[in-house]
Order: sequence, then C-alpha cells, then structure tokens
Amino acid sequence: MRESIIMKIHYGTALGAVALVAVHILMRMSQKFSDSLQYQNVIANYHFLPYALMLEVLLVLLSVHGFNGLRVILLELKQGSTYERMINYGSLAAMAALIAYGSRTILMAGMGVS
Amino acid sequence: MAERLSNREGIKGMANPTRYGIERFAYWIQRLTGLGLLAYLIGHIYETSTIVNGKIAWNQMLELTQTLQGHILLTLVIGMCVFHTANGIRVMLGHGGIGVGKPGQPEYPYKAASLNYKQRLCIWVSIALAALAMMYGASVLFGD
Amino acid sequence: MAVVAAKPSEEPKSNTQTTGKTNTITLRISRSNPSEGQESTFAEFQVPVQKWTTVLEAILYVKQNFDHSVAVRYSCRQASCGSCGMKINGRPALACYTKVSELNSNVITVEPMNNFPIIRDLAVDFKQLISNHKKMKPFIIREDSEVTPDSKEFIQTPQDLEKFLQFSYCIKCGLCNSACPTMATDESFIGPQGLAQAYRYVADNRDKGKDDRLKIVDDSHGIWRCHFAGSCSQVCPKGVDPAMAIQLLRGYLLGFRK
Repeated sequence: MRESIIMKIHYGTALGAVALVAVHILMRMSQKFSDSLQYQNVIANYHFLPYALMLEVLLVLLSVHGFNGLRVILLELKQGSTYERMINYGSLAAMAALIAYGSRTILMAGMGVS
Repeated sequence: MAERLSNREGIKGMANPTRYGIERFAYWIQRLTGLGLLAYLIGHIYETSTIVNGKIAWNQMLELTQTLQGHILLTLVIGMCVFHTANGIRVMLGHGGIGVGKPGQPEYPYKAASLNYKQRLCIWVSIALAALAMMYGASVLFGD
Repeated sequence: MAVVAAKPSEEPKSNTQTTGKTNTITLRISRSNPSEGQESTFAEFQVPVQKWTTVLEAILYVKQNFDHSVAVRYSCRQASCGSCGMKINGRPALACYTKVSELNSNVITVEPMNNFPIIRDLAVDFKQLISNHKKMKPFIIREDSEVTPDSKEFIQTPQDLEKFLQFSYCIKCGLCNSACPTMATDESFIGPQGLAQAYRYVADNRDKGKDDRLKIVDDSHGIWRCHFAGSCSQVCPKGVDPAMAIQLLRGYLLGFRK
C-alpha cells in the first residue's frame, strides 16, 4: 500500500476517533462519574446497540491510528528491508490483536455472556 | 576518503525538544503523548475486558483503578489526549499547506513564514486546553 | 571657491558596542579523524575577538596562529556558498554568518554538523545530500525546449516566479538536514533540503514533472516522515523555509492542492 494512502487513513482515523472519543466521554458524564462505572450501568451501555457499535468503530479507529503511529516512529529509528517488513507486519498483527480482544469484550458483554 | 560513520545524533537528537523553538517542543510532546495514549489504550482495553468475568471481577478491577494513583494517571491521560488532538489538528492542517504562509521574496533577517504566530498560537492553545481539561477532569475524578 | 580644511572629528566616546574593544573568548573546536581511528576530542584556544568577528574568522585565527591542521570548509565568507556549515554552541549555523558577539557567551563550541559523516574535524561528507538532491530531478522537466527556433520563450509572470523563488535560494549548506529530528535517526529519509527542492520545481510553472516527483517523494522514507517540527526553517540562513515547501508539496498528495 502506498504511504500516501496509509497516511490518509491515519488522518481519517484521527478525525473519526476525536468525534467518537468525545461521545464516549460524554456518556461517562451523563451520570455521576462513580455511578457510570457501576457494573450494571456499564453492562447497560454494552446492551445499547448503537453505543456498542460506536465502541467497536472507536476501537478500530484508535487501534489503526495508534499502531500506525508507533510503526512510523519505529521505522524512523532503524532501517533495513527485513526490519521494516517486520515492523509493518508486526503493527498489522498488533492492530488485529487489539481489535480482536476488544471486540471479544464488546460482543460478550453485549450478548450478556458474563 | 570519507569515513562511513554516519555521525547521526540518534534518539538523543530526535528526542531533544530544546534548541529549535516551540514547534520542535510541540513535535516532541506530540510523540510522547501519542506513545502514552497508545499504552493507555492497551491498558484500557484490558481493564474493560474484566466486565465479561462478572461483577466481582469488575469490582476488583475498579478497586485497582479507582485509587489516587489511578485518578492521577487518568488526569494525565486527559491532558495528553487533549494536547495530542488539538496539536494533531494543527499539524494535519499544516500538512495540507494551511496556515504555513505563502511563498514570497525572502527579506533579511529571513524569518520563516511557516513558523508564524498562527502556529505558535495554536500550540499554546493546545497546551492551555490540555491544562483546562486536566483541571476539569481532576475536579470530576477527585470531586466525586 | 575657498577650500576650508576639514577639522578632524572628535574621537567617539569609548563604548564596547561601537569601538570594537577586543575581548578574548575560548574557542573549543571538535577534533577527530575517523579514517585514522581518532575519536572526537575538543581542543581549546583563546581567541581575541571584536564586535564584528565571525566564528569563521575565529577559526581561521586559530589556524593561522595556533594549529594550522584544523580542517574546516569555507569559501565565500558571505553566506553564499554554503561551505562553512557547522554546529555552533549546539545549533547548526554558517560560521561566516554567525558573529561571536551574538552568541552571548565567552565559550564558543564548534563541532561538525550532525547527520553527516565526518571527514575530519569540522569537515563533513555531503554525498548523501547531493544524492538525495539528484533523486528529486532538480531540473525543469518538459518535452519541448525554448531553444528550438519555432517555440517561443516560456512565459513566467512575476507572480509565477514568486511561487518558487525563495526555494531556489537554497545554497545546499545542509544546516536543515542537520537540524531535522527525523534525519537524526532515519538514514533513508530524503531530508528537508531534497524535499524543498522537489517543491521548487513542482511550483515552477515551466516544469511538467510534478507527477514524477510526487511519485518519488511518496515513499515510506519520503515526505511522510516529515512531521513539521520546523527546525529546518529555524536554521536556514537564506530564508528558503523548507518546512513551508514540504507542507505545500504534501498538499498535492493530500488533495488540498491540484
């Protein structure tokens, strides 16, 4: 994939994440902070489908943006074809792993598996 | 015959926020906050995953995070997030050529048009917003 | 007409700002010879300076009076050739363009520019800068030529000229590459000098090679490794403002400019 496409994705995920993080934080502020962290209230959030979908999208956006940023930093620190391939695939793998783990939480909590 | 030693400054040079003005400082903070936020994201995904293990596991996690240290960390995360966002928007617009000035005839003392008051103002605004957000966040977290 | 002999003017009052009273500063010069395996050390010299003495003059004073073996590049002494780039008190600058008095210090440390291989003492190797510059195809690309009899000259208005003129003032001194945080760690990065020169030609209305150059810079170690830290523009002695050039060039890749 050309670097310009990757960076457009980086910028796009940034803008998307800003909006969704704002929604996520506002949800915490819709009640008293300590109440918003109570088990039943958190589970209720996951049961609310639009919010759960939003969390999923936020997870993807932040994982892609975060690990691409790390990839850029690591690529600048050291060069070489083997190292660069390792960093590129490693970043993709880390993104996938974090998305998978976070999605597991959203799915299981949303389906009431706990 | 030139020695092949690269004489690169290395991480010490890349991570040095001094010598070159506030724009270099903002670059350094943007990198630090980015790494910090990534670390927080990973921790947060792990922390919230305890919800699937039931109420007891969730409350045990809350005992770990709803502490003085946890709240201080969260306050720092709020500041990092706001600075990274605000400065990131400035950088993104700059990357598109917005706010970097127009080419012209350079005149002594050759002050760079791209390092203009708009860029500096945006950096200071980002820092101020981060500070305000941290203060508000702290009032919510510690005021509860 | 009577000629009146002019009276000799009175001597101005003694003032360090105007009379150029001689001070003595300590000049620390980095000495190294990598090809002989000699590690970098500092040699100190006490150098008399006046208000207008430049760092280059101080170094040449050392060469003349103390140690002629100090290796330093210089030529024009007027910030035109870009030869005397070095790190002065931790910041890349042209030695001929930096007055000792403006450093506000009695200890001046001069070292070879960072991110360039050292040849000896203050002289560094410019091969990578030249090769990156060449990669940018630093010439007008177009199929026709104004030399053929049937074609007319290429029209360029003063407004067209202003779009790229400042970027053409680059003297290839390398200070920008030395200051760049990405160049500190990324050996494959093109560097602010190369990228600014790519924009110089893209912005020139006589040039038709924009797509070629955009393809070259759209690389994992190309334009995207610039993060607008602005250090290049901070140190540029000619007002080229490479940071502006790079962001304007990136505007093409992001679709902000056509």
